[in-house]
Amino acid sequence: MKIPLLYSLRNLWTRRLTTVLTASGMALVVFVFAAILMLAEGLRKTLIKTGSYDNVVVIRKAAVSEVQSGVDRMQASIVETQPEVALGSEGQRLLSKELVVLITLPRRGSDKPANVVIRGIGGSSLKLRPQIKLIEGRMPRSGSSEIIAGQSIAKRFKGGGVGETLRFAMRDWTVVGVFDAGNTGFSSEIWGDVDQLMQAFRRPVYSSVIFKLRDSSEFEAVKLRLEHDPRLTLDALRETKYYEKQSEMMAKFLRILGISLTLIFSIGAIIGAMITMYAAVANRTNEIGTMRALGFQRVSILTSFLMESLFLAFIGGCIGLFFASFLQLFTVSTMNWQTFSELAFSFSLTLEIISIALLFALVMGFIGGVLPAFRAARMNIVDALWKS
Amino acid sequence: MHILKIITKNALRHKLRTFLTILGVAIAILAFGLLRTVISAWYAGVEASSASRLVTRNSISLIFPLPLSYKDKIRQIDGVKLVSFGNWFGGIYIDEKNFFANYAVEPKGYLTLYPEIIIPEDQKKAFLQDRKGAVAGRILIEKYRWKIGDIITLKGTIFPGEWDFVLRGIYTGRDKTVDESAFFFQWDYINETMKKTTPLRADQVGWYMIGITNPNLAADVAVRIDKTFKNSLAETLTETEKAFQLGFISMTEAIVIAIKLVSFVVIFIIMVVVANTMAMTARERIGEYAVFKTLGFGGWHIARLIFGESLLISLIGCILGIVLTFPAADIFSSSLRTYFPVFNVATKTIYMDIGASVLVGSVAAVFPTWRAIKIRIADGLRRIG
Repeated sequence: MKIPLLYSLRNLWTRRLTTVLTASGMALVVFVFAAILMLAEGLRKTLIKTGSYDNVVVIRKAAVSEVQSGVDRMQASIVETQPEVALGSEGQRLLSKELVVLITLPRRGSDKPANVVIRGIGGSSLKLRPQIKLIEGRMPRSGSSEIIAGQSIAKRFKGGGVGETLRFAMRDWTVVGVFDAGNTGFSSEIWGDVDQLMQAFRRPVYSSVIFKLRDSSEFEAVKLRLEHDPRLTLDALRETKYYEKQSEMMAKFLRILGISLTLIFSIGAIIGAMITMYAAVANRTNEIGTMRALGFQRVSILTSFLMESLFLAFIGGCIGLFFASFLQLFTVSTMNWQTFSELAFSFSLTLEIISIALLFALVMGFIGGVLPAFRAARMNIVDALWKS
Repeated sequence: MHILKIITKNALRHKLRTFLTILGVAIAILAFGLLRTVISAWYAGVEASSASRLVTRNSISLIFPLPLSYKDKIRQIDGVKLVSFGNWFGGIYIDEKNFFANYAVEPKGYLTLYPEIIIPEDQKKAFLQDRKGAVAGRILIEKYRWKIGDIITLKGTIFPGEWDFVLRGIYTGRDKTVDESAFFFQWDYINETMKKTTPLRADQVGWYMIGITNPNLAADVAVRIDKTFKNSLAETLTETEKAFQLGFISMTEAIVIAIKLVSFVVIFIIMVVVANTMAMTARERIGEYAVFKTLGFGGWHIARLIFGESLLISLIGCILGIVLTFPAADIFSSSLRTYFPVFNVATKTIYMDIGASVLVGSVAAVFPTWRAIKIRIADGLRRIG
C-alpha cells in the first residue's frame, strides 16, 4: 500500500519556515549553477554565430588572432586569385581584405577604458556576413572618415552613437550608422573603410583575408595550397573554428570556476536538506510508528520521505530557475584575454539548461533525503510508538 | 561559566544535526575564502606594482608601438630618473596550452627599475652578456623542469618565426606578490632580427617603463611626457604602473563583480542553513524556554542561550573552513596557474571569513530568539513535541 503523495506535500506546508529556508538554500545553488551554465552557453552561442562555416579566415602563420596577424598586399592578392573563392551575383569575388586593430575607448557613464576592435572593411565584407544588418543611418562612403558602430558599442561607448564622432589616429571619425549583428562578436566592433584606416594607423599591411568558399568541401584543398605556397606564410582556418579558438581560455575559465563553485555550493545545500529531513523524521517518530502499525510497508515510508525531499528540491529548483531566467536581460561585457578586446555576450537559457538544473536540484534532494528516509524506514514499530 | 556549559550541552543534543551544520559552515567559509582569494589574485598585479614607476604607451592602444627614439626624449624630461622599455612577445612554448607571460626588455634598466626581481649575481651577468639569453621565473622552471643553459624555443605570434633562447637565469620574487611565472629576454635580440627581416617593424617599442625621482610628482611627470609627444605620429599615454594595471582589471571588471556577488551568495546560502537549524532547535525547545521563564529567567537569558549556540556552531565551522582553505588554495592555484600566477590567501580574507561567520551566527539566531522571547509561558508549556 502506498502513502498518498499529499501526505508529503502537506508535511512541507505544515513546517513552512523550515521548508522555505531549505528550499531557498537550494534555490540559490540552482541559481548559481544555472547562471554559470547560461553564461557558458551565451559565450558559446556568441562565438559560434560570429563565424560562418563556409567562410575562411587567412592570417599570418602562428598568429592566434587577426590583431596579431599581418598579411601584406602581395600575399593578399595571391589569396584573392584562388579558384575556390566564391563569386557574388555581380561577378565580384566574395573576398575581403581587412584590417583589425584595437583602440582604447572610454565607456559611457563610467569613463573606464576598454579595448575595442576596429575593422577596416572592403566592398564584400557585408556580403560575407549575412547576419549583420544596418539598423540606423547608412554605410560609410569609401574614401571618407566615416565609420559604423556595432550595437553594443553604440550603446556602451562614448561617441559611438549615430552623428557622434570618435577621435583616434589623429582624425575625427563620424559615426554614420549602427549595425545589428545579433548575438555575435561583431556587435562589439567598429567598421570603417579599410584604406582610410590603414592610412590613418600607418599600417601598410592587412590583418586578415576572409573569403567565402565556392564549395564548402573544397576547404581542405585550398588550405593545403595556401599553406604550402612558398610565397605565402599564412594559415587558413574555417571562420567557425577561428572564433571557437579565440574563446578557449575564457570558456575554460568559466568551466573550472563553474564546476568548482557548483560542487562546493551543492554540498552546502545537500547538508541543508539533510538537516531538514533528519528533523522531519525525528519529529514524526510517532507518526511513522502509527503508519507502520496501520500496515504501511517500509518501502512506502522510504518512498514517502524521499518524495518529500524531492519535492523540496523541486520547489527550490523552480525558484532558482525562475530568478535565473531574469538574467537573460543582462549582457556581460568583458575583455577576452586571448584577443585583448572587448567582448559582449549575454546569459542564454535553453531547454537543456533548464532540465540539467532541475535534474541537479533533484539529485541534491535525493542525496540529502536518502539517509533520513532510510532511518525512517528502518524504525521499529514498538520503539517508534513508545517514544514520545 | 554556567551559560557556556549549557550552550555546549545544548549544541551536543542533536549531534548529527550540529555536525552537519558545522560541516556546512566550514564548506561555505572554504568557498568564500577561495572566491576572495581569486579576487585578490585578480588584483595581484596591482599589489605588486609600484606608484613610483610610470608606464608610457601609445595612446591609441597597447597594440600600437612607440618609436625607439622617444627613449632619449623621455630621459631629458624633468623628474625622470631612468628609462627602460619592453615589448610584449606573446610567444608560444610548444603548445598554446602552455601559456606564460613572455616579453622582451632592455635588461639593464629593467632590472634596476624592478628591484623586486631577484637574480643571483653570476646569472645576471651571464644574462646581460648573452644576446640570446633569457630569464625565467621559479614557477616556470619547476613546471617545465628547465635547467640553466637549456635552449628554449618559442613560436612567435606577433614576431613571426621560431625563436631560440638560452636560459641564463632564474628569478625569484622579493615579495609574495611578485609573479614568478614570467619569461623575459633581451630586446636587442628581437630588434636585430626584425631589422633584417621586416625593417619597417624594427626600432619599435611596446611600452616605456620610467623610474622617477620623486613619487609625489608622478602625475606631473606623466603630464610632461604626454605633452612632449602631443600631436606627433605616436601620441603617448603615461600613467603610474598601478593605474596601468588597474586599467587592465577594469576591462575584466564584469567577472570580478560576478565573483564578488557569488561570494556573498555562498554566505547567504549558509545563513539560510544555519537559520534553519536554529529555527528547528528553538521550536523543539520552546517548552524549555517556557520553563526558564517560569523559573524567573528573563528573555535576555534565553537570547544568550540561542545566540551562544548559533555563534558556537558557526565559529567552529569557520575555524574548520579556514584550516581547509590553505590546502584547497594550493590545489586551486596549481590548476589555475595559467590565469593566476600569484595565488595567496591574504590575511584580510581570514578576517572576512571570521566576520562572515559571526554575521551568519547572529542573523541565524535572530528569528528563533524573537519567537522564544515572545511566546507566553502558558502557550510554551502547552506545546508538545
